[in-house]
Amino acid sequence: MNVKKLLIEPLRKTNPVTVLVLGICSCLAVTAKLKPALVMGASVTIVTAFSNLIISLLRKGIPSRIRIIVQLVVVATFVILIDQFLKAFAYDVSKQLSVYVGLIITNCIIMGRLEAFALSHGPGESFLDGLGNGLGYSLILIIVAFFRELLGSGTLLGYQVIPQSFYEAGYQNNGLMILPPMALIVVGIIIWIQRTRHPEMQENDKK
Amino acid sequence: MEYLNLFIKSVFVDNMIFAYFLGMCSYLAVSKTVKTSAGLGLAVTFVLVVTVPVNYLINKYLLSPGALAWINPNWASIDLSFLTYILFIAIIAAIVQILEMIIETFTPSLYSALGIFLPLIAVNCAILGCSLFMQERNFSNVGEAAVFGLGSGIGWLLAIVAIAAIREKLRYSKIPKGLEGVGISFIITGLMGIAFMAFMGFKL
Repeated sequence: MNVKKLLIEPLRKTNPVTVLVLGICSCLAVTAKLKPALVMGASVTIVTAFSNLIISLLRKGIPSRIRIIVQLVVVATFVILIDQFLKAFAYDVSKQLSVYVGLIITNCIIMGRLEAFALSHGPGESFLDGLGNGLGYSLILIIVAFFRELLGSGTLLGYQVIPQSFYEAGYQNNGLMILPPMALIVVGIIIWIQRTRHPEMQENDKK
Repeated sequence: MEYLNLFIKSVFVDNMIFAYFLGMCSYLAVSKTVKTSAGLGLAVTFVLVVTVPVNYLINKYLLSPGALAWINPNWASIDLSFLTYILFIAIIAAIVQILEMIIETFTPSLYSALGIFLPLIAVNCAILGCSLFMQERNFSNVGEAAVFGLGSGIGWLLAIVAIAAIREKLRYSKIPKGLEGVGISFIITGLMGIAFMAFMGFKL
């Protein structure tokens, strides 16, 4: 069992967001500020890791015709746990995330890992794979949120980072970065940088 | 008139893709040609029109706080809203399955057109997202929920057909190597999103 490979690969070479293009929906809506992005990343990591573990334990008993429904039920159970936990201990973040916590259920990363990995591998490996992919997703989320919060509101985690003297000298926050469409453009640029550095990932649309 | 307002608002102002980023996965994966993306868009609209009103009724008569009072007045204090996710997703999966069977028996031509897309729709974020937004907004009757579902579906259809048309043209243009494929689709979607923001704040 190659622990390092399972954990590290999804951060770079097989990153679920930039390479496999999974789980974009929730990734973009929660990244205007760093704090909700951190919470979202942690929630998705937990759900992916544990539902991978459970499905991997059950994999021999699930008839393949109804496996999607079984998977959805397992994932939904974990999401309900996370949602209740957030409502109890971090109510303001849970309000900011609104429906996107519930949408973890239909996050393609989770279904994708369950289908592609957990159904054919042992529980230990599946757990690590889920953890790795969750972290890969969180990594992109944090990068995007970092730039959007820094350039859009001049703060990080709510603390002011850009010195007041800059504002006095005429610097202004870029309001465009707060708007949702900029998240897409930031992810597009991340993909561009990554693919320029690793030419083997480039795809050829022309053919 | 109110229905018309709600419809236009959910197509343009609250567009599922450009305002909420729901259903992005299939939006990026299936938008290579206009024909297939129109098929998927139709299927999504169809499923939304059925699932949103059904989930509205489930929410109103089973899940929201005090909703069980119509069965037995003593149950008025029960609040089942923590079951929302699991029930909504189970209902969506079931309805997609039933729809698939109905379409297969009665209109085989539509079935072969939608074909592979139908089962995939159960895990499309736009479907669950639309139901969750419906719950958040407290619509006053089933009609409004149905119109909201229809509008969101049409908005999604418009968005995916538009990007597919642009991507078909893109094949003949010069794009930096690293941006080809997914990268450029992201940036185009972002730009389209900014264009759609012009509708923001419209009061009809």
